[in-house]
Amino acid sequence: MAATVVVLARNRNLFAVIVLSGAYSFLMATVLMAMDAVDVSMTEASVGAGISTVLFLSALFLCDSEEARPLHRPWMPLAVAVAVVGLLVYGTWGLPEFSDPNAPIHKHVAPRYLNEMKNEVDVPNVVTAVLASYRGYDTLGEVTVVFTAGAGVLALLRRRRKDRR
Amino acid sequence: MKHDLILRVVAKLLIPFILLFGLYVQFHGDFGPGGGFQAGVILAAAVIFYALIFGLADARNVVPEPLVESMMAIGVLVYAGVGVAGLLLGGNYLDYFVLGRDPIAGQHRGIFWVEVGVAITVSGVMLKVFYMFAGRGKVDQ
Amino acid sequence: MSGAAFLTSLGGHVTYFITIFLMIAGLFIVIARGNLIKKLVGLSIFQTSVYLLYIAPGKLVGGTAPILSEAFTVYSNPLPHVLILTAIVVGVATLALGLALVVRIREAYGCIEEDDILNLDAEPEDSTQQQ
Repeated sequence: MAATVVVLARNRNLFAVIVLSGAYSFLMATVLMAMDAVDVSMTEASVGAGISTVLFLSALFLCDSEEARPLHRPWMPLAVAVAVVGLLVYGTWGLPEFSDPNAPIHKHVAPRYLNEMKNEVDVPNVVTAVLASYRGYDTLGEVTVVFTAGAGVLALLRRRRKDRR
Repeated sequence: MKHDLILRVVAKLLIPFILLFGLYVQFHGDFGPGGGFQAGVILAAAVIFYALIFGLADARNVVPEPLVESMMAIGVLVYAGVGVAGLLLGGNYLDYFVLGRDPIAGQHRGIFWVEVGVAITVSGVMLKVFYMFAGRGKVDQ
Repeated sequence: MSGAAFLTSLGGHVTYFITIFLMIAGLFIVIARGNLIKKLVGLSIFQTSVYLLYIAPGKLVGGTAPILSEAFTVYSNPLPHVLILTAIVVGVATLALGLALVVRIREAYGCIEEDDILNLDAEPEDSTQQQ
């Protein structure tokens, strides 16, 4: 994944960049699968590698450009990046280690969901049950966000240029 | 791409299976990985595949624009409607346990309808965005 | 800190290092490249690194996916999965809006390079701008 991202950053042909981002999404989906996140992996594969790539390609067709050669050497952004890396490494040093059963993330609500699932909801897929039943309000907000984005795109691209010419 | 034989045959073979898989993911979201979002995206991807191979005009005949636009809104209304049904039957907003004979059956029913609403909205929005991008002509400089 | 403890601590935090690298790569693409479509690609890379940041601490080695069944007792934490599922769909929605804006900018200015757009804006209002 790291190699994919580095090549993507240096490449100037936008079509290659978009195809590489699709490959990167697939790699991310397999990594998520290795982390036991099956629902998330399926969503990332279909949304990130499917819909995102299609939208990028259609936007590229409408814009058709190639990235211009950068005028300045990117020393300032590189310096900012290195500084942020240092800060982030310092910050994440204190976080729990990988696969630590005593981490706080496993202590509060998750055991209650896993143990009470049989009595309260009785749906084997815990993620669906939490998404639709325990955290139903969040999903309502998300559906509204998706609808709003669709309405926004409709408002932005409404006037069909093809008919006006 | 309509005139390319291999693409046409492969598309005709694959699209029914993609639609069936989308429905499978939707209804088996309770027992395995899946649910509303994945199913909506897969269904939209099937129609986008059809539009890529056979042309945008054919796709607009199969799934017309007013249908897609109303699908966007109907999904949100179904979701909110489940919440209002919970209100009317005596509980709080979006309470599922009042919807059936016993709390567990009510939960099943509520989760089923909520996922259906989510899938309708997500597939409608993805398809509508694709239609908007693909239907817009290029402006020559 | 002794050498061995430092090395085990380093090994335990390796997922954070991967996340940080991807995050910085995405951030670098956003701030250092001028093309608008490439900036959006960098933004989506940044978003996927945040997914990894949330899901990696939830995994338990020896556990399984959070689908209840008789054969397993240890499950990975389902709560980050729920949050990230929402985040992915919202991310693609904002991506669609961003691309619609890029298409409109292209039609109004004639190019999608950040420097050229700023130069066009700095010129006095004349006929180079299309409606």
